[in-house]
Amino acid sequence: MEKTANKSDANVIYGEWNVRYAYSVGKVAGTFFEGLKRKKILAPRCTKSGLSYLPPRAYCERSFEPCDEWAEAGQEGVIEAATIVTAAFENLPPPPYAIAYVRLEGVNTSMINFVQGLDLTDVTAAMARLKPGTPVQVEFVENPEGCITDFHYIVKSVS
Amino acid sequence: MPKNRAAIIGVGETVFRKHHPDKTYVELAQEAAVKALADAGLTMDAIDAVVFSMAPTQFMGVNDADKWAVDSIFAAGKPFLRVHTGGATGGSALHAGYAHVASGMYRAVLVVGADRIAETPDAQHILNLIWDRFYEHDVALNTVTMTALSTHRQMHFHGTTQEQFARVVVRARRNAMKNPHAHLKGIITIDDVMRSPRVAWPYKLFDICPRSSGAAAVVVAHEDIAKEVCSRPAFINGIGAIANTVFMGDRMGPSADTEMSEIPEAAYAGREAYAQAGITDPIRQIQVVELYDPFSSTQFPQLESLNFCKRGEAARLSDEGAFEPGALLTVNPSGGTLCTNPIGVTGLVRVADAALQVMGKAGEAQVPGVRNALATALGGSVQFATCTVLGADSV
Repeated sequence: MEKTANKSDANVIYGEWNVRYAYSVGKVAGTFFEGLKRKKILAPRCTKSGLSYLPPRAYCERSFEPCDEWAEAGQEGVIEAATIVTAAFENLPPPPYAIAYVRLEGVNTSMINFVQGLDLTDVTAAMARLKPGTPVQVEFVENPEGCITDFHYIVKSVS
Repeated sequence: MPKNRAAIIGVGETVFRKHHPDKTYVELAQEAAVKALADAGLTMDAIDAVVFSMAPTQFMGVNDADKWAVDSIFAAGKPFLRVHTGGATGGSALHAGYAHVASGMYRAVLVVGADRIAETPDAQHILNLIWDRFYEHDVALNTVTMTALSTHRQMHFHGTTQEQFARVVVRARRNAMKNPHAHLKGIITIDDVMRSPRVAWPYKLFDICPRSSGAAAVVVAHEDIAKEVCSRPAFINGIGAIANTVFMGDRMGPSADTEMSEIPEAAYAGREAYAQAGITDPIRQIQVVELYDPFSSTQFPQLESLNFCKRGEAARLSDEGAFEPGALLTVNPSGGTLCTNPIGVTGLVRVADAALQVMGKAGEAQVPGVRNALATALGGSVQFATCTVLGADSV
């Protein structure tokens, strides 16, 4: 498709935005991403409220005090919500894929990531394996780079 | 408490459809402004300030298009401000216009906006870019997947079925046939919805709103002006709004203080608006609601949070026909957001369509005997909510 700016046909003028960014990570996200490189999921905790947060944040949003310690989250948890995407969205991964909010052991909030290793051919059957409360575990990629896709969740096999 | 009472005295909407090839973006906003002024019987000389309703401008493709719109909506020479709370933008813009008048600062305000979502084929890419770059952007969140996740919990807790959601779509498209401005409309069946292509479980294509282009405007005026120039104003008797954490993962599980699938933000916003408007028994006092419902699963939790029924009951009531036009409660006689979603003004369209019902100007979609109508809007990661109660009488 012709996308060059200022070219037009009878009815429309075409345009495209290309904008580059370098996002400053900061201390809190930086600590979390450094942990991922070591295959550890680090969660900040507020000793006043007792709440531990993932995704990480600087301040506790209940006590309005700084999160003042870090603790390693468990690498097992439970699904709180899930979906399976079967349609292609521009600039998003090719379908099908599953994503889920998972509450990891020792953490009060849930964090989203991909769920891998599930047969998604039959969406209804696959969703039945992703019910809230389903145990999952974290699996890291072989060479983590310090980003959220360094890990994903896998549904624990039923023995 | 507000210093002054205020009312909507004029409403203007364009037709909503995928494209408006006959107009530029700003000309579209202008059409709504002209219509609202004509409906109010006022000229721009009588307008003290302008509020512009606009969410992300990446859809229509001009960065911060509010500045481009100033001339077209006749705002030059007047105080002007743009309001943006994502999908809740139009509700928030109305609240800003109301506060302008209620505070005593201005006597008449034009609230106007336009959007055109389908100028780009990359809409869900843009809606992925609203997530933080560090933790949630890379995990394919967009407005479809975020609400699919929430709906998974709704179905888990209440046993709501995909067929019950489909019935909402069938009703919406049928209602929209009586709304000359609606984008999608027609007679469809539950089976049609169930057989439409799967997008993100449990959503199929027909469970999801269209990408609409169009504009809306209302004139908000001091009670004295309203009574002088308008035979049936829609008094703004109550407003409520709230913001919640952006992190949806904070709104689920045993430590959460709110449950995402219940859309609790609507309960907080509704409680405040009801208190101001003297609404103590909404199902008896309110005849029409215009809910912000971009997905088939967005109505039930709102109806429950707004106390029209108990938690978990809305789906059954919907099946029984309680939310059909003229039944127990008329829900979205316009067809709602499921049929028309020009994001930057959708919340304002909800208010405008609710106002038309109170003013007796809703044409074929008019519900008889409307004394109170309610409009909602939701935005961000379903974290912003606005609620507006309009009445035939000033309270």
